[in-house]
Amino acid sequence: MAQEAGSLKAQLKEKEKEIAALKNKLAQLEKSHASVPELQDKVTPLSPLTTKPALSNEDIMRYSRQLLLPELGVKGQLNLSRTSVLIVGCGGLGCPLAQYLAAAGIGRLGLLDYDEVELSNLHRQVLHGEENQGQAKALSAARAVKRLNSTVECIPYHLQLSPENAVQLIQQYPNSYIYNVPTRYLVNDACVLSGKPLVSASALRMEGQLTVYNYRGSPCYRCLYPVPPPPETVTNCSDGGVLGVVPGIMGCFQALEVLKIASGQGSSCGQQLLMFDAQGFRFRSIRLRPKQADCAVCGESPSVTQLIDYEAFCGSAATDKCRKLNLLSKDQRITVQEYKSVVDNSGPHILVDVRPTVEVDICHLPFSLNIPLSSLEQRKSEDIRLLQQRIIQLKQQMADDHQPPVYVICKLGNDSQKAVQVLEKMSGSELDSITVKDVCGGLMAWATKIDPAFPQY
Amino acid sequence: MVTAHRLNTYFRFTPPSLPACAKKMAAPVAVHLEFGGGAELLFDGVKEHHVTLPSQPEPWDMKQLLVWIQRNLLKERPELFVQGDSVRPGILVLINDADWELKGELDYQLQDQDNVVFISTLHGG
Ligand SMILES: [Zn+2]
Repeated sequence: MAQEAGSLKAQLKEKEKEIAALKNKLAQLEKSHASVPELQDKVTPLSPLTTKPALSNEDIMRYSRQLLLPELGVKGQLNLSRTSVLIVGCGGLGCPLAQYLAAAGIGRLGLLDYDEVELSNLHRQVLHGEENQGQAKALSAARAVKRLNSTVECIPYHLQLSPENAVQLIQQYPNSYIYNVPTRYLVNDACVLSGKPLVSASALRMEGQLTVYNYRGSPCYRCLYPVPPPPETVTNCSDGGVLGVVPGIMGCFQALEVLKIASGQGSSCGQQLLMFDAQGFRFRSIRLRPKQADCAVCGESPSVTQLIDYEAFCGSAATDKCRKLNLLSKDQRITVQEYKSVVDNSGPHILVDVRPTVEVDICHLPFSLNIPLSSLEQRKSEDIRLLQQRIIQLKQQMADDHQPPVYVICKLGNDSQKAVQVLEKMSGSELDSITVKDVCGGLMAWATKIDPAFPQY
Repeated sequence: MVTAHRLNTYFRFTPPSLPACAKKMAAPVAVHLEFGGGAELLFDGVKEHHVTLPSQPEPWDMKQLLVWIQRNLLKERPELFVQGDSVRPGILVLINDADWELKGELDYQLQDQDNVVFISTLHGG
């Protein structure tokens, strides 16, 4: 009997252990499920943020080093926990911005991005890792933020901001942040129409800029730039390049200004433009014009009273993806497949690569002649002489009297079209007569359609 | 094409010798011009230019400076820098670290040692 009781007790203990383990596992699962935010593909109404009456002991420990600052204090910290911020673009600026806002204890972060994580993002978009490639950026950023501070409510949006959804979305968030041109006008107008400040930054190559728009008498984006720039003057990161730490620095400045506004200290960046020159290591603060009485959206008699078609307004597509120029007729262009057969048949020709030397150093076709578009446009004499020499050599090789064919290539097939136009003007005058065509889609089309071993960048 | 970033160029223009009967001319004006945010790419990647505007009967204003830049510094693709008699949309002009709107824009009269910045807005991130 005693032996039987002992065995039962042991079994019970064993089962209790098992139950405890299962309970633990369930709790873990529930916790991890709750901490994986659900990806939103449309704007839905948000429940109000639960307001904390006071800081918990854990909060006090976590935020102790910033609570010690008289500029922030308990009141500022509570203000942060009651603030929602929408971050438009989880890229080079959005990543550090989200990271520092979450770390400082912001209440809710809306993370909006329509792109997926790519390998070429990782040098500057520091919330995403190698294993996140192909994932929605908004979700990848939200998960990273949750790992950092699980008390921050994260709402990842996998959608494109449009005139239809922007006001509804922005009204739910006191502060916003943005990039790229049509989106800049769209977010600016939505912020003005919803009465929200806009903490805006940008970075390219080795430079950064930051301004707080529509905040305590400061101008809005349209006050400064009433007319959008011509699309051909707009350079994005995939064309112009950017050193990752530069948007990192600018994103941190954005976080700083958002935290100052959200905690109640206020920004001192209104009506100012901060310019950062990373190469000369120089910061400059520029006094800007005040809010303009004749501004189309924030002025005294605004003509923009609801959101408009921004792609038409700016004359370019709203994504950061590359614009496709169409300057040439069909017979002035050849496809990569057609060019491949020219090469395969050893057809006599000259291939001119018009990319800047820095890009040619990354990769090029072995038989190409590098003359950057800018050198062609400026008619740099040594380059023109070199090309003319090659044309003469080619003519000697060619048996017939045909005009020597010159093919022009670049990265994506935009600059090559401009170069064809320049070369056509020179043909028969500064150069011997030639037939010029551009290779459609450029080297990136060559890499995807002809030679998968050719590097893509 | 972006190799010569931090080089300074110095342009000095000696005023033309005055005929004996010339009316009083304004003195030459030395100004420091800077281009940034990509606008420097229109000037061979050179960001800073120290220039001396020659003496002329009228005082130099911003409108005349833009014409002078077009004739003396900008050799190619002027449409990427100017539109009409002002700068093209998307370029912000700063005079002595302030938005030129606060200084009278095209009518601002240049003073000796003024600092004028032309900055193209950045769109990356
Ligand atoms: Zn405005």
